[in-house]
Amino acid sequence: MQQIIDMIQTYSLLRMLIAFLCLLAIVFLNAVVMGYLERKIAARIQRRWGPMEVGVQGWLQMILDGVKMLAKQLIVPKDADRFLFRLAPLLCFTPVVMIFAALPFSSALYGINLHIGLIYIIAMASINVFAILIAGWSSNNKYSMFGAMRSVAQNIAYEIPILLSLLSVVLTTATFDLQKIVEAQSGILWFAMYPNLFVAFVIYLIAGCAETNRAPFDLPEAESELTAGFHTEYSGFGFGLFAVAEYGNLFIMASIATIMFLGGWNGPFGLGSGPILGAFWFMLKVFVLMLVMMWVRWTYPRVRFDQLMNLAWKYLIPFSLVNLLITAFLVKMI
Amino acid sequence: MSGYFKDIYTGGKSLLIGLGVTFKAMIRPVVTVQYPREKIDVTPQIRGHIELVKYGENDAGHNCLVCGMCAKNCPCGCLTVDGERREGVKGKVLTVFHYDFTKCSLCGICVESCSRTALTFSNEYELAGFSREEFQFDLIKRLEVKK
Repeated sequence: MQQIIDMIQTYSLLRMLIAFLCLLAIVFLNAVVMGYLERKIAARIQRRWGPMEVGVQGWLQMILDGVKMLAKQLIVPKDADRFLFRLAPLLCFTPVVMIFAALPFSSALYGINLHIGLIYIIAMASINVFAILIAGWSSNNKYSMFGAMRSVAQNIAYEIPILLSLLSVVLTTATFDLQKIVEAQSGILWFAMYPNLFVAFVIYLIAGCAETNRAPFDLPEAESELTAGFHTEYSGFGFGLFAVAEYGNLFIMASIATIMFLGGWNGPFGLGSGPILGAFWFMLKVFVLMLVMMWVRWTYPRVRFDQLMNLAWKYLIPFSLVNLLITAFLVKMI
Repeated sequence: MSGYFKDIYTGGKSLLIGLGVTFKAMIRPVVTVQYPREKIDVTPQIRGHIELVKYGENDAGHNCLVCGMCAKNCPCGCLTVDGERREGVKGKVLTVFHYDFTKCSLCGICVESCSRTALTFSNEYELAGFSREEFQFDLIKRLEVKK
């Protein structure tokens, strides 16, 4: 056993490979678990049962759906740009796995620890928009195109408040290293408990909801107007990868919120946070946040496009700017 | 600019109320019934297909005189009623009461036109089949089975 651990530590390439495979498994597992929870919670909020037929409480339903999706034919529309059409799901899915590699699940459990982890994650996350634009454009379909254009406008608007709210944490800790940001919250107080950073946290949650294209901000895939938006033409696992990437992005959004504002792998009230216990705290916080996002999704109706833009430019951006100034002032004074 | 902060306050408050509503719905019991395994009683007023009313004190078990008013009044022509005279029995004896449910529009004129209240709506609602022949009901047989 010790030999194996030594070998893994000596050969960092081997370590990376194992980490990559584990992360890939987590991404897919996350999509399955979240898909199931989403359907169950949606059902409960509407006072239905949700999936009940396959397995106890229908827990095998998502696995079965995945198998069905794998068995379906991949149809490329006649007038579509074949290369870009096939490229888009991969381009949507790959950055998700790459971001997972940089997330600190605990003090010892991470794919790779970067000094500029936050910048790396935000840069990778913005590729998602690019993939959606390519998917919508290459489908050669007006609904897909509209979905893609809306997505771009939305993501440009909402990336700014996200960056500004995260920047106020960076100002407080003076580092982009996610491990160090988590360590800075190892006391009783997490960053979300400071008043100025709490505002940043709320702004981040709202903007993150929009960034992951989830209801009430799911205009790129508004069913009632655009059939399915940018992934209208996708069948089989092309669509499956989009779905997996969506839940992956949700996980990333929740884990960034956890790392930056909710103390990452630190336990509450300064409770213990070893390498394994820390991972437990981290996952617990991330899942609670994701459940809150689902709760929000099944509560509010979809916003109109002008309301969406108003919210970003008139409310979130001014507030996050002022908040950033206040944080900078406080950091300088204290 | 005047209503800016007021909008945030009222909007945020109503959003929180909305979250409360859905949370309450989430913890309340589920109302959906898992149908084939679980059934709820249907209301006695349900208008299913027609059937002969059971009259236990009569020898025939029903109250039909074979006047044929139901069949005559039926706008769909889905009823075939026939009877015969038998010795020792006053009036006609019902021999055929054929009901073609594929044609029936469930209007209930037969039930209304029956002077002896021999017809009524049944409580049957699980009516699905693989062939048309399954919906050719013999109501006399049906009444006997029900006995």
